[in-house]
Order: sequence, then structure tokens, then C-alpha cells
Amino acid sequence: MHEIIEFLGVSKRFGDTSVFERLDLAISTGRVTALVGASGSGKSTLLQLINGVLVPDDGSVEVFGGPVPTASLSAFRRRIGYAVQGTGLFPHLRTDANIGLLGKLEGWSDAELADRIVELMVLMGLEPDLGRRYPHELSGGQQQRVGICRAMLLHPEILLLDEPFSGVDPLTRDEIHERFGELMLAEPVTVVLVTHDLQEAMRLASELVVLDAGRVLQADAVREVVERPANEAVARLFERLQ
Amino acid sequence: MMTDGLRQGVRHGAVRAAPAILCAALLGPLASAQQPLVVGSKTFAESYVLAEIMAQLLEAEGYEVDRRFGFGGTLVTFEALQAGAIDVYPEYSATMQHTILTSGAEFGTEAFAAEVESLGLEPLETLGFNNSYALAVTGETAERLGLATISDLVDHPQLRFGLSHEFHERSDGWPGVSEVYGLPQSSFGIEHGLAYRAMLEMELDVTDAYSTDGDLIRYDFVILEDDLSFFPTYFALPLVRQTMEPAVKEILNRLGGTLSDARMRELNAEVSIERRSFADVAAEYLHEQGLVSDADRQEPTDSLIADLIDNTIVHLKLTGIAVAAACVLGVGLALAVHRSRPLSRGVLYVTGLLQTIPSIALLALMIPLFGIGQVPAIIALFLYSLLPIVRNTITALLTVDPLLKRVAAGMGLSQSEQLRHVHLPLALPHLLAGLRIAAVISIGTATLAAFIGAGGLGEPIVTGLALNDTTLILQGAIPAAGLALAAELGFEFVERRLVPAHMMTSRLPS
Repeated sequence: MHEIIEFLGVSKRFGDTSVFERLDLAISTGRVTALVGASGSGKSTLLQLINGVLVPDDGSVEVFGGPVPTASLSAFRRRIGYAVQGTGLFPHLRTDANIGLLGKLEGWSDAELADRIVELMVLMGLEPDLGRRYPHELSGGQQQRVGICRAMLLHPEILLLDEPFSGVDPLTRDEIHERFGELMLAEPVTVVLVTHDLQEAMRLASELVVLDAGRVLQADAVREVVERPANEAVARLFERLQ
Repeated sequence: MMTDGLRQGVRHGAVRAAPAILCAALLGPLASAQQPLVVGSKTFAESYVLAEIMAQLLEAEGYEVDRRFGFGGTLVTFEALQAGAIDVYPEYSATMQHTILTSGAEFGTEAFAAEVESLGLEPLETLGFNNSYALAVTGETAERLGLATISDLVDHPQLRFGLSHEFHERSDGWPGVSEVYGLPQSSFGIEHGLAYRAMLEMELDVTDAYSTDGDLIRYDFVILEDDLSFFPTYFALPLVRQTMEPAVKEILNRLGGTLSDARMRELNAEVSIERRSFADVAAEYLHEQGLVSDADRQEPTDSLIADLIDNTIVHLKLTGIAVAAACVLGVGLALAVHRSRPLSRGVLYVTGLLQTIPSIALLALMIPLFGIGQVPAIIALFLYSLLPIVRNTITALLTVDPLLKRVAAGMGLSQSEQLRHVHLPLALPHLLAGLRIAAVISIGTATLAAFIGAGGLGEPIVTGLALNDTTLILQGAIPAAGLALAAELGFEFVERRLVPAHMMTSRLPS
């Protein structure tokens, strides 16, 4: 199994607070890997180390078979889709412009761009008419789907999702999960999903990484982790999260 | 009258000699004989009349003349002369003694001559009349309280004194007269043109006046006799630099001794009461004195509409250039420093500091550095426009949602793309609001630019204040207000075009 992302002895501190100490972790190509753990476990920080928004204090993060570059980061990041909690949609751009921004910067033709936007919106179950609306004119669930469309525009090799489906009612979330599953079938990609929702993790992911206070408690296939928790702590965490 | 008082904030000597002399040295060689002679005046009617007389006389002798009337105060006018920005203006002996000279040497003494010479200046022959300071009350007040002399004021401590700013500060003005006469009242500073109005409306009881003031007749004001002979004599004279061409000096000296107190009061009354133009009154006087023949007489050609259009165009030019430059530099500066908080803070402090300089003082400070006219006015307006633009832009950039910043970077936008597609559009509503404030402030402040000879809509306002002519004041004030309104509407239009409705700042809460 090929590893597209590897953390090699990574330490990260914010001031005096240490988030990780000498963390080792590998994420497999083509799988959906969920990072779960209580808040403050370092999930979100881990994600930002992958696309170079944060830089490790020690060790190295290797992506696409080499360390995260320090120069021309933007070209590197365009190979990695990124969607965050609260959607992070730009309020001054209409939905289609939000989704299509990177394509425009890549110099795509208008027609090419419009086709791709509609393709993604349909896959995520959005009416293409919604493209003319501003983000604040969309429901919370619609905004989250738009966030996913935007992250997928450039056919990225990796998709980083930072709690992208939180804060909507369970019915809406179920529907989004379903749509997301279809999208993954249509356009398979390596996904790293950060969530505090174990149900979500088990529904979407095939691999699970359990984090607690900056340590990896267990990293394995979902079924393995559920059926054979590596230790007491994982078991306790599962109880707490469920 | 020998003063006007529109120099709030500038203390005597605050912007004295050194930079001005340096400037004069630099500008001197440029002011060659081919250049038109620049005649200046201060902001009161008599100064306009005398300057116009000098200008017409020089024109009759074949010189090209550039009129730069209405400088805001003695020091500003004097700086302009010393810096070579103007060539001649009417000054008064005692004003030179008290305001310009540091020694305070009396007119006619050797010390006076020596100090004037050391400043590179030369007073030409006195015109004849003595326009002394005086304290005036309305005829009604004089009668009711039986006031005839300044000493009589001592018994009426309830009287309200509103004095022109310059008189209020000058050693030969209020500080001296109140001490010598032992006057118990306190006083406040007021623009001279407004003081008469306030007197008529009984908001004021006593103000300073000038013995040749035509308005004294019009308003039935009574001059209180200077029974202790406190006020010095104020002989009017053309003040030039020593380097002035002798032929020009000779021409101006022909005016020496031709004007009596009574004749000067009449000329002043002609303009302030009969509402005749300075040009007309000056032409008539020169003709009557045989200094100019009929053939030389020039008919004024300016009409009200043409003036209005000219002034508006100049006003738009002053504010347009200033605000456009402030926009480019201000936004550039904000972009350059906004990533560093200490730098941002430093820039905001400096631009904030500029804003605290009173506008007329800032304009006065420009003279030694940039001379007079539109250039220093534009620079001053530019400095004023910086703060709202820089402050709003920096604040807007600093307060962009950190999540959106992280997303923009994380999804792969380069620094410049982040700025262009995310940070700036999000900051745009506040940036435009800052620009709008800058434009409106600038349009208002530019009316003061007339004090340093920049023209614009301030010109009729300044002349109107000198003549106490409300119509003239409104000819400047109404179009200026119209421009401010137009700027507001213009920016609202631009905002509608550039900013999505839900992000507009100009929307008032409903």
C-alpha cells in the first residue's frame, strides 16, 4: 500500500503549548481516512501541516513523496482540496465564482469552467441556478456542499476536510453524506477528514486515526479499531464520543 | 484695516525666517524680469483695494501682473513675499514693527530700517493715511452707556469683547490695551467679518475696528477715542524685496502720500457699502490722481457664471488631485504595512498627527516649503486625505475574517492573489468609505486654500468675508456644499457598482 502523506517525527508547538511531540503517521493513497478525537487533540493542526498552512517545528511532513515545499506553495496546494468548518465561502463572490475561483486563476476558459462548476454542483445535489446566489442566500447545508464543490474543482489528488459537515440537522447531514459518497465514487481521491463525530467517521471513512492530546492512540481500518480497540484509552474515547 | 485674524494656530514667529530665506535663495534666480509681477493682499477690503491699485498702476506701465489676493494673515503674506512667491503687497508700519520684526523697533528709526534690511525687504513710500486700531461699539450701545473713550469701558465689566484673532494676540492689540487701560473684561477671538455681524445681532458689544473702515459709517458704529494714546500709527506702504527692479519701485513710489484717511475710508465704503468692484474703485482712484490715463483703463471682464465655473474647476482640480494621490499612496501604504502591527500603528499615528494640525496652520506651514498657489494647497489637502484612507484600509485589512484568510492561503492562492481576490474585495467597502470621507473633508478644507492664493471656491468666500458680503460668501459656500453632496452621491454610485448590496457600508440601518 502506497503512502501519499507521511508524518516523520513531527513536533509542533504554539508558544509554550506542545501539540505534537515526534508524531509518526502514514495516510494511504486513495482511501478516506478520518482523524477523530476530542477537541484539543490536534486534529485541525495535523490537517494544516499537510497543506503547509502550518510548518512543523521538528521532523518533516512528506506529501506526494517529498517534503512539503517552502517555496511556490500555491502550486503545491492546488493539488490539495481544502474545505473547512463554517464553509469559509467568500461572502463577496457568488456561489459559481466561489467554486470557480481557482479555475479562473488557472486560466481555464469560461465554458470549461462553467461546465465543471455545473458538473460538481449536480454531483453534490445542488441546483445549478443557485450559482447566481451569494453564500448568505444559501442554507447551511447548501453552503457546505458548495464548500466541497470548491475544494474539488481542480481534480485534486488529496482532499482535506476540516469538520465540513458540522452544524446542520441530522437529516441534512445524512443527505450530504450520501451525496459526498457519490462524489467519491465519481471522482476518487485521497481524503483526510477531521471530525469529532464518530458516526460520520464510520460512515464515510475506511481508515481511522484516533488522536488524544497529540498522540496517535490507534491507526487502522475502521472495523479493526471498532472491534479491537488498541487499549483502554481508545475504548474510553469511543464511549465518550458515542 | 491691517489685519484679518484667519490665522488660527499660527503663533508669531512660529514659521519664521530660516526656511523662507533658504527658499527665497532658491527661488530668487527664477523670478526674473520676464515673469509677471505677483501682487498679493491680505483678506480684508482695504488690502484688496490697495493691492488692486498697485496692480493696475503696474499694468498701465506695461507690466504683466498676477493677482494673488486674500492671503490668510500677516505672517502668511509676509512669508510669501520673503519666499519670492509674491513680489509686493500692502503692509502697515506698526504691523511690521509688532508682527514681522523680532526687535519691535519703531517705524522710522534706524533699528527698524536695519532689521527690515536684514530680512531682505524694503518698505516703499507710505501712501499717506494712518489706519489705526480702534475699539468700536454700536451707536446704540454708545448712547445707552454714554461711551466716548476707551477709558469709559472700565465701568462696564459686563460688556462682551469679541476681537479678531490677530488683534486678540498681538502685543499692540488686546493684551496691551487691556493692561494700559485696566479693562476688567475678558475677550474671545472671532473672525473679523463675523464680528460686525455679531455686533449687529447684539451677540457682542465691543470689537476691534480700523479707523479707515468704510463699514463704520454703514453700521453706525462708534469709534471709542484712544484717550491714553495707546495704539501706534499704522501707515500703509507697499512692501517689496530689496532685489525688486528699481523701475518698479519708482512706479509704486508714485502712490506715496496720495491717500488721506478720509479718502481711504471713502474707497473702503465704495466697495463694502456701494458694492462696487475693487477693480472699478481702484481704476477710478488712479484716474482721479492722474496716475493712469483713460487709454490704460482696463474693463473687468469676469462675469458671475464664468467666475463660478472657474472657481469650481480649480476646486475640483485641487481636491481631485489631492484625493487621487492620497488614494494611491494611502492604499499602497496600507497594503505595505498591514501585515506588521507595529508598522501599521506607526503609520496610523503619523497620519493621525497630521490631522490634528489646524488646516489654516498646515497651509501656512506649506508656504516656506512650497511657496503659494495650488501646489502647496494640493500637498496640504493630500496630507489631510491620507488619514481616513490609510486608517480605513488598514483596519479593513486587519479585520478580514481569519478563517477566510486561512482558506484563501490553504486552497492555493498566492500572496498577490489572496490580496487581489479575497483581502481587497473584503476591505473594499471600508476603503471606499474612507475615500468618501477624504473627498468630502477635502472639498470643505479646500475652501481655505484661497488663503494661500490657490483660488477655488474659497476665493469668493474670502472676499465675501472681507467685504462682509453674504451674497459673495454664498457664491463659494453653496457650490462647495453642492460638490460635497455630489461627491457623496458619486461614491455611493461607485459603491453600488463595485460592492455586493449585502456588504455595502453606506446602507444606513433601517
